[in-house]
Amino acid sequence: MDIPPNVTIQLDNVYVRYRLLKSQVRTFKEYAIRRIQGQIEEAEFLALKDVTLSVYRGEVFGLVGSNGAGKTTLLRLVARIMHPSQGRVRVLGKVAPLLAMGAGFHNELSGRENIYINGTMLGFTRKEMEQKFDSIVEFSELWDFIDVPLRSYSSGMMARLGFAVATETMPEVLIVDEILSVGDAAFQEKSLARIRSFRENGATIFLVSHGMSTIREMCTRAAWIDHGEVRFIGDSNEAVDRYMDSVGC
Amino acid sequence: MFSKKLEQKQPEIPFYDSARRTFPLLDEIKEAFHYRDLVVELVRRDILARYKRSLLGIAWTMLNPLGMMIVLTVVFSQLFHTVQGYAAYVLSGLIAWNFFAQSTSASISALAWGGEFFRRIYVPRSVFAIATVGTALVNLVLSMVPLVVVMLVVHVPIRLTILYSPLSMLFLACFSLGIGLLISSVAIYFPDIIEMYQIVLMAWIYLTPILYPIDAIPPKLLRILMLNPMFYIVTFFRLPIYYGQAPTLKDILITGTISIVTLVVSAWIFARRSDEFAYRA
Repeated sequence: MDIPPNVTIQLDNVYVRYRLLKSQVRTFKEYAIRRIQGQIEEAEFLALKDVTLSVYRGEVFGLVGSNGAGKTTLLRLVARIMHPSQGRVRVLGKVAPLLAMGAGFHNELSGRENIYINGTMLGFTRKEMEQKFDSIVEFSELWDFIDVPLRSYSSGMMARLGFAVATETMPEVLIVDEILSVGDAAFQEKSLARIRSFRENGATIFLVSHGMSTIREMCTRAAWIDHGEVRFIGDSNEAVDRYMDSVGC
Repeated sequence: MFSKKLEQKQPEIPFYDSARRTFPLLDEIKEAFHYRDLVVELVRRDILARYKRSLLGIAWTMLNPLGMMIVLTVVFSQLFHTVQGYAAYVLSGLIAWNFFAQSTSASISALAWGGEFFRRIYVPRSVFAIATVGTALVNLVLSMVPLVVVMLVVHVPIRLTILYSPLSMLFLACFSLGIGLLISSVAIYFPDIIEMYQIVLMAWIYLTPILYPIDAIPPKLLRILMLNPMFYIVTFFRLPIYYGQAPTLKDILITGTISIVTLVVSAWIFARRSDEFAYRA
């Protein structure tokens, strides 16, 4: 594991290159015809350009930038949803992407069944999920509904269940896309408390938010990304200031 | 509280390095194996969801091919009256064909339409194809029940050779998984391949001896039909059941090679493409 000590996330000269067909070719027939006519033109779109970035253990690291600047793409790289077109991504430890909250939930199945599906999707074994099961239900406060099909859950209940599954085991890296608005006020407090305790126990938290006060308050360091390039890495207040200056606020 | 949990179970901390990939197919197999419990959960989900949605639930798995068999028998039995127990002949071919057609279509659409999902979470993509084939296998085993019943009714003897069926099911599953992965690798770029595939399937079923007996085919035409891999897969499936014959070593080698080579080549192509799912979706 050739990663500097204390670093959990290391990106080296990372590029993400989307290849877009210039003319919208959506069907195979169209593609075949245009290919023969030599009309296929591909445009490149660089979602991330030469990004180098280290995030340390126990840090709350923020990302700021306008829509489409590449923040979500960066999160996807860390969550290994995407593979970089060029460059290298290294992550030490288990990643819990909160963007995957409730992935694979099925409306016809009960909360109980969904816990197992969602959990195995996050890479846990069935056995691990059996051990966690009680405390997941406990945390989500859904004992009365656990054998009811998910379609009769409210959206708040579903989010509570998703959050409880995703955060039952402390991950080394927690990815939070936008600040959590899970359930009612009491549950929000509870989920924030859990994230805080992760941080105190040495987890790294990667946070994307459009709420600048959230970044200032919660993050130790932050990066400002603009058009796929890192403009600034360092103190979160300064990152926010520079970003705000650039958009003219 | 959480630190205690960490102490209790301190498994090896996973380390992800995007540069550490040697051979995509090997990586994909390793990852799919790691997520094997998810395959089981997905199969369970598909079957449970089906069971819960309809009144007759699982019974439909058995009634569906029976219904098709009855229709086909009524229509074609006069034409092929030389075939002994035509109903059993049709049904044995039909359940193999249904397995192939349904599992490939389902895995292609799961992979091609899973777009939003693939952008939210990392899961080895092949898991979804494996799970659809797994679900189809459960259905296939269930449809052996009506097959045996029909064989009893039309007096086709049931021999011990039926114990070879797991081997034919394995070949059928490997071939179907292979074709599903192969077409999915194209469907990432062009989702309308799925529609096209349905038409291909329609033609393909007539190029496979499902409805008509093999000895009714003129030798010239037979040579062409023998270029169709499903010809061997379906025949191999029927052999120990309907014909009551044990497959020869040659049969096993031919059918086994077809299905395993298809699977390996397709999985290799798929693994090299699987990064694209998050990009294209």
